[in-house]
Amino acid sequence: MSPAPLHKVAPTQKPPVAWLHRPEVQRVVYPLLVGLFLLALWQGLVTGLELPPYLVPSPGLMLQTLIKDWATLGLALWVTLKITLFAFALAVVVGVLISFLFVQSRLIETALFPYAVLLQVTPIVAVAPLIIIWVRDATLSMVICAALVALFPIISNTTLGLRSIEPDLQNYFRLNHATRWQSLVRLRIPSALPYFFGGLRISSGLALIGAVVAEFVAGTGGTGAGLAYQILQAGFQLNIPRMFAALLLISLTGVALFALMAWLSRRALSGWHASETSHE
Amino acid sequence: MKPDPSRLPSAPRPPVLEPAPVPEVPAVDILSAEKIYPNGTRALLPVDLSLREGEFVTLLGPSGCGKSTLLKMVAGLLEPSDGRLLLWRKPVAELAQTGRRMAFVFQSPTLMPWASVRSNVRLPLDLAGVPRAEAEARVSEVLALVGLSKFDRALPRALSGGMQMRVSIARGLVTEPDLLLMDEPFGALDEITRHKLDADLLELWRKKKLTVIFVTHSIHEAVFLSSRVVMMAARPGRVVEQFFIDEPHPRQADFMVSPQFSQYARQLQDSLLRASAEEPSP
Repeated sequence: MSPAPLHKVAPTQKPPVAWLHRPEVQRVVYPLLVGLFLLALWQGLVTGLELPPYLVPSPGLMLQTLIKDWATLGLALWVTLKITLFAFALAVVVGVLISFLFVQSRLIETALFPYAVLLQVTPIVAVAPLIIIWVRDATLSMVICAALVALFPIISNTTLGLRSIEPDLQNYFRLNHATRWQSLVRLRIPSALPYFFGGLRISSGLALIGAVVAEFVAGTGGTGAGLAYQILQAGFQLNIPRMFAALLLISLTGVALFALMAWLSRRALSGWHASETSHE
Repeated sequence: MKPDPSRLPSAPRPPVLEPAPVPEVPAVDILSAEKIYPNGTRALLPVDLSLREGEFVTLLGPSGCGKSTLLKMVAGLLEPSDGRLLLWRKPVAELAQTGRRMAFVFQSPTLMPWASVRSNVRLPLDLAGVPRAEAEARVSEVLALVGLSKFDRALPRALSGGMQMRVSIARGLVTEPDLLLMDEPFGALDEITRHKLDADLLELWRKKKLTVIFVTHSIHEAVFLSSRVVMMAARPGRVVEQFFIDEPHPRQADFMVSPQFSQYARQLQDSLLRASAEEPSP
C-alpha cells in the first residue's frame, strides 16, 4: 500500500514585514521612528521659521558641533561618566550594606530609617557646597554628592526585597534548621534580587543627575571639567549648539545606563520572575 | 498507575467506632496541647491524641477548627500555650536525638522560583550538608518516585500546579522522613489531579512505611486516605470525635464508589453537622 501522498504544504506565506511583528524589533524600531520624526520636525521648523542658531540650533548643527568639538566634549563626557559610575558603585555597595544592617533587626531599621529618608529629601543642591568645602578632592566630593542622590532607592528597595520572603518558604528553612547564613544566601538574597534590580534602574539615572548637579555646584574647570561645566561655559559664551550637544550626550548616557541595568535585570531574572518573563 | 485486575475489591465491612488500639510504637503523643493567642483567642482547646508508627491520620474540619495550628505545633513551628507534644517519646525540638526525621508539606508548593526542580528537591540535603554526589543520587531516586525525572532541569513556573505539588512532596521525601506532616497539600488542585495525587500518596505511604498526619477539609479525601480520621470543630477549635476507617490497603479507586465508602462519608458528615450545631462545653 503506497502511502497517501503528503500534501505539499506551502511554506506559510509570511508577510514581507514579519520581522516587524517581533517584539524585540518593535522595542527598537518604534521609538526610533518617533525619534526620527521629531528630529525631522525640529529640523523643518528651524529651517522654515529661520530660527537663529543662538536660540535654537538645528539637529544637523548640533551633530556638526558634536563632531567638531568632540575633543572637548568627549573628554567632558568621560569625566562625568567616571563620576557617575564611581558614585553609582559607591551607592550600590553602601546601600546594600545598609539594607543588610536594616534587616538584622526591626529595632535598627526603626531607629535609622528616618535618617535614610532625611538623606533623600534634603536637596542635593543645598548640601553639595558643604560637601565640596569639607572634602578637599574635587572629584571625590562630586562622587559623594552623586552617591548621596543615588543611595536611597537602593536602600529602600533592597531592604523591602530582603524582607519579602514567602512566609512558608521561611518556615521550611526553619524546619530544616537552616543557619542564618544559609537563609541569607539561599533565600533572602535571591528573593531580594527583583527588588534590588528595580532599585538599580532608578539609581543609575539618579547617579547621573547627582553627578551633573555636583559639577554645576563645584564649577570645576580645567582638565577635570565635566559636561555640566561645558554647558555652563557654552551658556556664558552663547554657544547654544555646543550646549545642545552636551545636553544630548548627558541624555544618551542616561538612556545607556538605564538600558544596561534593564539588560542586567533581564539576564538575572529571566525565567523565574514575573517581571521579566515574556508576555507571550 | 494501572489497577491490578487480580485485586478484587474487599468484602464490605461495617464501620468500626471503637477506641484506639493500644499503640505499639508511639510516634506522636499530643498531651493536652492547647493554643491561646495573647489577645485571648482560643485557637485550639486542649487536645489529647496519640499516633502509633505507620498510621495515616487525617485532621478533618472546617476552617478555623485549629487543624493547621495542631499540625504546626507537631512540626514545632508553633509553641503550644500549654501541654506537651512528644515525637517518639521526646519533645519535638529533640527529634534529632531519636534518629527519626520529619518532613512538612505546605498548602502551596513553596518552591524557590529561581531554582530548578532538582535544586528545589535537593534543598533539605544541601541545608543538612549531605555530600553533593550522594544528594544528587537521592534526588534522582525520589524524582523518579513522583514521576518527574524528565522535568528535573525545569523551573517551577514551567510546571502545572499538580506537578509543583509533586516537587514539594519529593522535597519532603528526599530526607527519608519517618513522619510526614501535610497541611492541605492538594486543596488548591482540581479534583482529577487531587484524586491522582491522593492515590499516589497512599502508595508512597505503604512503600515507605510512613507515619502521616494529613490536614484536609474534604470528607472524601479523609475517608479515602486515612486509617483514622480526627474530626475537629471551630470556634473554638477542638477535637470532637475520631473514626477508624477499617478498609484494607491497597485502596483502589473503586473504594470511592463502594457502599461502605458512602457510609463512612455519611458518618463523618453527620458528625461534622453535630459538631457545628452544639455549643462547646466551657
